[in-house]
Amino acid sequence: MSIDKTSTPAENSADQVAVENPDAAAAAVTAVDPRLLVREQGLAGYIGEFKRKMKAGDLGSLPVVVGLLIIWAIFASLNSNFLTAGNFSDMSVAMVGTGMIAVGIVFVLLLGEIDLSVGSVSGVAGAAFAVLSVTHGMNEWLAMLLAVLTGTVAGAIHGFFFARIGVPAFAVTLAGLLFWNGFMLQVLGANGTINIDPEGVVAKLTGYFFADVAAAYGLAVVAVVGYFLNAYFDNRRRAAVGIPSRPLSEIIVRTVLLAVVAFAVAIVFNQYKGLPLAVLIFVVVLLVTDFVLRRTAYGRKVFALGGSVEASRRAGINVTAVRISVFAISGTFAAIGGLFITSKIASANQGAGAGDLLMNAIAAAVIGGTSLFGGRGRTWNALLGVLVIISIQYGLALQGVASPVQYMITGGVLLVTVVIDAITRKTQKTAGRA
Amino acid sequence: MSATPVLALRGVSKRFGAVQALTEVELEVHAGEVVALVGDNGAGKSTLVKTIAGVHPIDEGAIEWDGKTVSISKPNDAQNLGIATVYQDLALCDNIDVVGNLYLGREIRKRGVLDEVEMERRSRELLDTLSIRIPSVRIPIASLSGGQRQVVAIARSMLGEPKLVILDEPTAALGVEQTAQVLDLVERLRERGHAVILISHNMADVKAVADKVAVLRLGRNNGTFEVKTTSQEEIISAITGATENAVTRRAARTTGEIKK
Repeated sequence: MSIDKTSTPAENSADQVAVENPDAAAAAVTAVDPRLLVREQGLAGYIGEFKRKMKAGDLGSLPVVVGLLIIWAIFASLNSNFLTAGNFSDMSVAMVGTGMIAVGIVFVLLLGEIDLSVGSVSGVAGAAFAVLSVTHGMNEWLAMLLAVLTGTVAGAIHGFFFARIGVPAFAVTLAGLLFWNGFMLQVLGANGTINIDPEGVVAKLTGYFFADVAAAYGLAVVAVVGYFLNAYFDNRRRAAVGIPSRPLSEIIVRTVLLAVVAFAVAIVFNQYKGLPLAVLIFVVVLLVTDFVLRRTAYGRKVFALGGSVEASRRAGINVTAVRISVFAISGTFAAIGGLFITSKIASANQGAGAGDLLMNAIAAAVIGGTSLFGGRGRTWNALLGVLVIISIQYGLALQGVASPVQYMITGGVLLVTVVIDAITRKTQKTAGRA
Repeated sequence: MSATPVLALRGVSKRFGAVQALTEVELEVHAGEVVALVGDNGAGKSTLVKTIAGVHPIDEGAIEWDGKTVSISKPNDAQNLGIATVYQDLALCDNIDVVGNLYLGREIRKRGVLDEVEMERRSRELLDTLSIRIPSVRIPIASLSGGQRQVVAIARSMLGEPKLVILDEPTAALGVEQTAQVLDLVERLRERGHAVILISHNMADVKAVADKVAVLRLGRNNGTFEVKTTSQEEIISAITGATENAVTRRAARTTGEIKK
């Protein structure tokens, strides 16, 4: 940081502005800008930075994590069955369908846009898979691939009308919501419900568990060690070229936190049927999408578009192409989510993709901390958000609360999240960080 | 100062429909020289800058780059020659940090992955050589003040090592200290041998950093002055058209001699 270089420019500035305003110029000769964020080295600096961020309203994932713990505490006190390994395992598998759709929604929200068609597109994917594999006897892998591609194409069509023709994303995807829902009903035909092969690949998506305890523990070990090595070597490189790096103590604190969570989850899974395949796939998807968004030039473009379209265009970013691709990604994940939902209920039916699926997916992304205004968010937000939603659903179902009340409570939680988001944004503005 | 100007406009004209925006404009900028381009609203400053930046191709006349006639018909042509333009709306992404904005659209990649370490190192180096003070290169642009954003935008234009930097009203809407920071930066650009065209309405800024002042009035040249030997009033009367072109120049010469 170049704080020590302040004296010369400050003196120069005094000379130049003296012409118009001598008083202000004298005041301008300050030694060090008090707003400079000088961060102490070591653990003290890390804690100081954390406190400063909290005060500035830069809460990150903290509200949703705290909220999730409160929700779990409430339901656990109401019903002893809530915090059991079995319930936890069921919730983890059930959340993946909505969670996958929410991952796609995060991409669209990063642009500051919305995709209302994801529910219907997920239904189309399930129906397409069932019709191709069951009615026409196609190979399940091929049928899966085609079903996912259907989603990609649907999303790309929305993207084309939005990015090329200039129709608002809201209107295009609303049209898509109706169209794809009709398309699904057409594909399913008069019969209405098609049961999928209970031993097939898609059924295994949510039905398979790695019974060997080594799977869950192994995954936890790989995650912890991988995180630590990645952070450690990244830091070594930063230190080698002389730019600020995290203190080793901070990396260790983070790694220990991750280890506690990872092994707790692994123990819970192993007490029941073992690591669910669906959860493994979901975690891999989150890792890959997070990597794409934060470590590749493509991800940088998505964030840039969410920040300023004009700036992106001037930086030479192909705005149309990125927009179409993001909607295609959203459609793809909607289709993948649709397959997981089909897998969970073991059939494709006329009600697929309807009801609260769309709203839950969007709510999951937003509750997890993705900004509705574009440019802020991570795909991990989808995991946190969908955990909140599924916990409320399962908790209330265990209490025997009917779905009307479930809707109202989920709506209330969404409102609280958005209120927290709005308040922290205000605090961030006053603290100059938004 | 080198004999051949980095950029020279020879009799440049530009017409939009029925409006003659520029008429036979002449302009020369040398390396290590700050030329202030001044004029009233509608005098043609922005149009002139846009012809140089390749946004509007010229109708008549010639643009010479290092003494050779070149044609600039699109923004890429200008960029390839080594012309960087910082427009008034800075075109930065609020949500992305300083490093990300500096390298937006030209990210350094290692095996397809963003090389954040290298970008951060080079960003710090660049900001250090320009003596730019900002809290941290890893905070979002939203956290920066207007002046800091301006210097980041200017620093961004420096990444391609341009020979000529065009700044469109860099100090408009800035506070006193922030203005000073930007002016410091302009001086540093000059010290490093860049040619700078500075558009400004603020005579104090012009007097502070510019070497020459080119006045445009109604799309025509209305005199070019050496800043050191010209009074503010003379420049202003050239802008408003209160004096004849030749007379002003003569007056400038004589007062210059008397001072010596």
